[in-house]
Amino acid sequence: MKDVVSTRLRRVYVWELPVRVYHWLNVLAILALCVTGYLIGAPPAVQSNAEASHRYLFGTIRFIHFAAAYIFFFNFIFRIYWGFVGNKYADWKNFIPTNKAFFKDMWDVIRIDILLQKNKEHMAVGHNKLAGFIYFLTFIVFLVQCITGFALYADMSTWWFADMWVPVARLFGEDFNLRNWHHAAMWFFIVFAIIHVYLVFFHDYVEARGEASSMSGGWKFIEDDAWEEEKKEEAVFKRAKRSKQKRVAKTEK
Amino acid sequence: MPSTTTKRPTYFEELRERGYSRRDFMKFCTMMAAYLGLEASGAAQIARSLESTPRVPVIWLHFQECTCCSESFIRSSHPIVADIVLDKISLDYTETLMAASGHQAEAAMKQTMEKYNGEYVLCVEGSVPTGADGVYCCIGGKSSIDILHECAEGAKAVICWGSCASNGCVQAAKPNPTGATPIHKLIKGKPIIKVPGCPPIGEVMAGVLVHIITFGRLPELDRVGRPKAFYSKRVHDSCYRRPFYDAGLFVETFDDENAQKGYCLYKVGCKGPSTYNACGVMRWNNGTSYPIQSGHGCFGCSEENFWDNGPIYRQMAAFPGFGIESNADKIGMVAAGVTVAGLAAHAIGTNLRKTKIIDKNIQEGREAEQGL
Repeated sequence: MKDVVSTRLRRVYVWELPVRVYHWLNVLAILALCVTGYLIGAPPAVQSNAEASHRYLFGTIRFIHFAAAYIFFFNFIFRIYWGFVGNKYADWKNFIPTNKAFFKDMWDVIRIDILLQKNKEHMAVGHNKLAGFIYFLTFIVFLVQCITGFALYADMSTWWFADMWVPVARLFGEDFNLRNWHHAAMWFFIVFAIIHVYLVFFHDYVEARGEASSMSGGWKFIEDDAWEEEKKEEAVFKRAKRSKQKRVAKTEK
Repeated sequence: MPSTTTKRPTYFEELRERGYSRRDFMKFCTMMAAYLGLEASGAAQIARSLESTPRVPVIWLHFQECTCCSESFIRSSHPIVADIVLDKISLDYTETLMAASGHQAEAAMKQTMEKYNGEYVLCVEGSVPTGADGVYCCIGGKSSIDILHECAEGAKAVICWGSCASNGCVQAAKPNPTGATPIHKLIKGKPIIKVPGCPPIGEVMAGVLVHIITFGRLPELDRVGRPKAFYSKRVHDSCYRRPFYDAGLFVETFDDENAQKGYCLYKVGCKGPSTYNACGVMRWNNGTSYPIQSGHGCFGCSEENFWDNGPIYRQMAAFPGFGIESNADKIGMVAAGVTVAGLAAHAIGTNLRKTKIIDKNIQEGREAEQGL
C-alpha cells in the first residue's frame, strides 16, 4: 500500500462541443437508419382491418430513413469541415496516415491493446492511430452508404441533390446491386458499433482516464508525468515539422 | 419479295392495299404518338411520315431465344402493329415467320443486305453464344456470330429485342455454359437500342420501330441504351398496389388472406422497386393485365443480370460469391456473433493480462477514497 503514490491528474479538453454534437447526432442517425433500414429490407407482418388509405406505416418508416439519411450526410460533411478548423484531436491528420510514426503507433496499439501485451498501457490523449485509421475506413463506408442510398432514393426525389449520386453509384451496378451493397454495408455499422462501445469500456477500465465520459463533457484526465511526456513528444514533432519546413524553404530559394 | 424495279410503296399505301381504312390508320398513329410521349402534333407527324416514307427494310434475326419477343409483338393492341413489321410487306427476313425456308430464305436475306446496304434495320432477338467458336447456335451452316457481323455490317441501326439480346437473360446466367453474349458487346460503331424485358411489351416494340421510321433516328435513350419513353420509371412507381406498400400491408405468402385482398407483393419478392419498365402503365395483351395484377411479383426481367441478383421470391440481399442461400443478413449476423465472441475473449484476456495496471488504478482509487 505504501508504494502507491497518488498521481495528480491534469484535465485536458479533448473533444470540443462541435465534435461531441457530431458524435451524438451520428449515433442517433445511424441507429434510426439501421432500424428503419432493416425494416425496409424485411417489413414486419402487420394484421390490420384498416383501409390502406388510413395507414401510412411503411411510408413513415421510409420517411424516417430518408430524413435520417440527410441528417447523417450533412452532419458528416460538417465533421469533415471541423477536421480542418478544430483542435489537434479533431484534425484530419488523425485519420489518414501521413508519416512513418503513424504506422509505428498503429503497431504499438495492436501489440498493447489488441494482443494485450502484458501490463503495458498505450497512451493516447485523442484517438490512437489505429482507431483513427479505422475511422477513416468507416468514413469510406459512410460514403458508400451515401452513394448507394441517395442513388436508390434519386427516383423518388425531385431535388438534384439525390440525382447527383447516380453516376457514381453505377460503379456498383444497377438498382439490384445498389440495394444489395446498401443492405450489406448496414452490417458494417452494426459490427462497428459493437466493437466501438466495447473498446470505450476497455480503455476506461484499463487506463482510468475518463474515456467513456469524455464524449459528454469533452474532458480526459491525464497523469501529470504522462502529460509532460506527451508535451515533449508534441514538441519533438513540432520541431521536426518546423525544420522540415525550413529545409523546404531553403531548397526553394 | 416486293418488286425491286419499281419504287418502294410507302407504309400508308401498303396498309390501304391491305384494307385498312384511313380512320384505322389515324387511330394507330395517335396511339403510337401517345405511347412515345410526343406532343399533340406528334400523331400528325407520324401520319405524314408513314404516308410519305417508303417502308424501311427489316432483317430480324433469331439466335438464343424462345421467340417470346415475337409472340409479344404480334399480340400488341393494334392490328397494324403486327402488320407493319411482321407481315411480308416489311419483313425481309425472319426465320420464324417468313414463308420461305432453306436456301430461298438465305437468298432473301442476302438480297436485302445487298440492295438496301446502309438502309435496313437489323432486329436481333436472342443472345449470341461465343463459347466453343459459336457452335452452340448455327443457322444455315454459319455460326450466329458470323451471321450477326455479316448482317450488322450494312445496317442503319441495330435493335436488340428482349433481355437475351440486351443483356443475355437466362442463358447468360451463371455459369453461362455457352458464353451467351448480348449484342452490344459484339457490335461496335452502330447505333444500338436495347428493348429489354422477357419479353418486352408489344406496344413498346412497335413504338420503337415507329419512332425510327418516323424520325429516321433512334428515340432518346437512357444511360444503358433503353428508350427513355418506356424505361425511365420504376414498375414500383406506377404500381396500382403502391398504396398497400406505403401502408405497410404486405402479402406474407401466396395463399394468405392478404394475397386475396391484393396487398403489396414486396415481401414475396416483388422487384418492382428496382425495375425500370412500363408494365404498370401499358400492361400486356391489349392492356389486359401484368404480373403484379395477376398476383405475382415483378421479378425484374428488364434489368441486367436479374437471374443472378438474388432469390425471386424473397426480398433479400444476396452476397455475390457466397452461394445461393447465403444472404447479407446471415453473413452479417455471423459477423456480429463472431465479433461479440471475440470481444468477450478479449475482455477475459484484459483481466488476465493487464492485472498490474488495473490493480494499481484500483488501489490508488481506494486509497483516495479512504483518505477522505
